[in-house]
Amino acid sequence: MSPIHDQSYRHYEGGRRPLGSAWSVIARTGIRLSLSRRWFLVLLAVSWIPFIASTIHIYVMTMYPQMNQILPVDAHRFMQFIEQQGIWVFFVSIFAGAGLIANDRRANALQIYLSKPLLRMEYIGGKFAILATFLSFVTLVPAVLLLLMQILIAGNLDFMRANPFIVPAVVLACVVRILIAAATMLALSSLSKSTRFVAILFAGTVFFTEAIYLVLVFVTGSTRVAWVSTGANLEIVTDFMFRQPPRYETPVIVSVLVLLGLLAVSLSVLERRVRGVEIVA
Amino acid sequence: MADSSVTLDHVSVAYGTNKALRDVSVRFPKGAVGLLGPNGAGKSTMLKALLGFVPPQAGRLEVLGLNVAERPLEVRSRLGYMPENDGHIPGMNAVTFVAYCGQLSGLPKTDAMQRAHEVLYYVGLGEARYRKVEEYSTGMKQRIKLAQALVHDPALLFLDEPTNGMDPKGRDEMLDLIRDLAHNKGVDLILSSHLLPDVEYTCDHVVVMDKGAVATSGAIDQLKGPTGRVFEVRVKGPTAPFVAALTAAGMECHETDEDVMRVYIPGAAGARGDDQRRICAEALRCGVQVRHLRNSLPSLEDVFARAVGES
Repeated sequence: MSPIHDQSYRHYEGGRRPLGSAWSVIARTGIRLSLSRRWFLVLLAVSWIPFIASTIHIYVMTMYPQMNQILPVDAHRFMQFIEQQGIWVFFVSIFAGAGLIANDRRANALQIYLSKPLLRMEYIGGKFAILATFLSFVTLVPAVLLLLMQILIAGNLDFMRANPFIVPAVVLACVVRILIAAATMLALSSLSKSTRFVAILFAGTVFFTEAIYLVLVFVTGSTRVAWVSTGANLEIVTDFMFRQPPRYETPVIVSVLVLLGLLAVSLSVLERRVRGVEIVA
Repeated sequence: MADSSVTLDHVSVAYGTNKALRDVSVRFPKGAVGLLGPNGAGKSTMLKALLGFVPPQAGRLEVLGLNVAERPLEVRSRLGYMPENDGHIPGMNAVTFVAYCGQLSGLPKTDAMQRAHEVLYYVGLGEARYRKVEEYSTGMKQRIKLAQALVHDPALLFLDEPTNGMDPKGRDEMLDLIRDLAHNKGVDLILSSHLLPDVEYTCDHVVVMDKGAVATSGAIDQLKGPTGRVFEVRVKGPTAPFVAALTAAGMECHETDEDVMRVYIPGAAGARGDDQRRICAEALRCGVQVRHLRNSLPSLEDVFARAVGES
């Protein structure tokens, strides 16, 4: 007896993509799924309000140079803009990133993914690309556009000539924030099946380390202990990139090592947690 | 090997100190092969090792002539895997989910979507293909797992307990699909199940696993052996001494769920009626009445029981 739905199964004779490109399928689909949520689009739109405000600021300062004494447009202003965008990095990481792996774990999707011709690193890379794209949209893209706006409004390259380090500083500061936020969030997302729990863990990572830092400053009376705070480490590295006077006594190299350590721990967690089978000892 | 789809050569897999596969060497011929065994026998572990989910401590695994350890992506591009547990990509409807799986397996986007529609019709979900997978019933989830395994037209399918949780009608339809794939569509498959009738209906060969080792393997017809040497027996009276007497006389006795014993008589057949007379003689000696005695076609249940030593 043959099944009644027999009419539709045929062997496939078309072409196939080369192996190793599945991460881009994961990334494209994940971005499309995230953008299908209206409130997330609203969040992305709102994250550009500081860009509009900064553009108006640059316009006013260029048109009325005498006001430059009050709020000058300089390297520090661009650094401030990137740091202000940190709040959107936080919210976008939570709303776009918390469920990236946690939801797959809850729905047993990892065994589906990893039974396909893709490596675990491709899966992680695809998920990373989703979050990194949105984080770029709230940090790197507006920061670079703000630089372009400065050139367009001023009508010359005087600012760039006066601050030759500004372009690499802007790009690097944004990339470091994207890398740290995306890697940490993915690692936390792989630890649980609950999106809410992951969001709480991420918020805890940010605020708890800051709280510990404040307690240690109170106890020791020194900012040398700033390395315990993720946010402070980012600020220390950013100060260095923008050639600004350091806000903390912690050496830059220490902060760089702490951030690299955070990346290494995140990768290690992902390597252990993203598997086709979950082995419970 | 050209005539085998999967080969395991002295493969051992352990989860910590718990050995799931113990020095397993076996070949799965092309066609439909049943992977039988009680829970915990190592069936799912074997499939997961073949998929590369679980690295073996020792041994070599080959799928379609490719070494799993050396070419895992090529192996998986030619495999379809229907997992035992429910699994889907959250937030997608059925056709998007299956097309996505097709793309992950290397199909171009347009082809993947076309194939998704085709296979969803094939597995009987054509009318429900725009519904969210989360809203599907258990039976529908089993069907969509088959669809995602089929979408890229694999040369070999791994089906892990494909009829779990299905109602009788759905189960029959699923078995018909599996049988059709193996016998009419030229898809080799390995069906892992603890349900003997499922394997007997869909497969030509069987590998029986027990305690992490292969208990027996071969063509089902050959394993069943010649007909006429297995008898169904129902008796009135104490069965335990009767079973003991039959066993002592060199016969194998297996009790079934229906209060009927199946008695297997090994060795060459004697004169017509000899076997029946031997059974009746033992019944007489044990003081039980034979209420029912007839020839039985050996079933896979007999093969399984013999292989894993159940009585």
